[in-house]
Amino acid sequence: MEGTNELVLTFDSRPCNEGMVRVAVAAFCTQLNPTLEEVSDVKTAVSEAVTNAIIHGYEGKIHKITVRCVVEKRSLMVEVRDNGIGISDIKKAMEPMFTTKPEQERSGMGFTFMEAFMDEVSVESKPGEGTVVYMRKTIGR
Amino acid sequence: MHNQFQIQGACLTVMLPAELDHPAADRIRMETDRILGRCYIKTIVFDFQNTAFMDSSGIGMIMGRYKALGMRTGCVRAVNMNDYVGKILQLSGLYKVIEICGRQEKPETRKGEKNGRYE
Repeated sequence: MEGTNELVLTFDSRPCNEGMVRVAVAAFCTQLNPTLEEVSDVKTAVSEAVTNAIIHGYEGKIHKITVRCVVEKRSLMVEVRDNGIGISDIKKAMEPMFTTKPEQERSGMGFTFMEAFMDEVSVESKPGEGTVVYMRKTIGR
Repeated sequence: MHNQFQIQGACLTVMLPAELDHPAADRIRMETDRILGRCYIKTIVFDFQNTAFMDSSGIGMIMGRYKALGMRTGCVRAVNMNDYVGKILQLSGLYKVIEICGRQEKPETRKGEKNGRYE
């Protein structure tokens, strides 16, 4: 499409890939000439969504995660998709401090950080089929 | 790696890595708990001097160590954060339970006294 730029990354749900993915997305968004703070915001939000897919979506098993980014005008859209267990109660999952894995010392702050650092966050999920997290941020307002 | 953990008396100082994410938090959790099982530790100081990135996995790890030390006031301190890490700590609400100090040289500085940022 005219005026947009897209990046699609598909990778194994291994924790060692988390750093690579957030750095790739951060590098991709530099075409919008972001501030350092905006880059950090994007990195943290991507890290949260990818960590969720690894820990909660696939519960540590190794399957594929796809991250799709689209730059259009001043805005960055990031979509993080897994085909894992899904979320039965999205509203509950997005509450601050709520976690289904307290024994793994998950803070329950993942969605809170995504919402704090991106302008829009929405989640689609079907139990047994998987989860997609969509995030959007306008850069350089 | 071995210099990342320094014990002075009953105080353990953990030099955190450049990126405190999920795999890094898991490593630090394991090593810290190994030390806690072996030595008498009353206080943990998390030194963010080299840390440019942190996400909620780091928050979970710090919160877990606070619980492991019995949730006493001042049992966990965070020092030398950059502005971004400070923002993450503030957003998480962790500053309510851990002592946040601007600089390690003055660990007795209470939160908010240094520049008011973490009030």
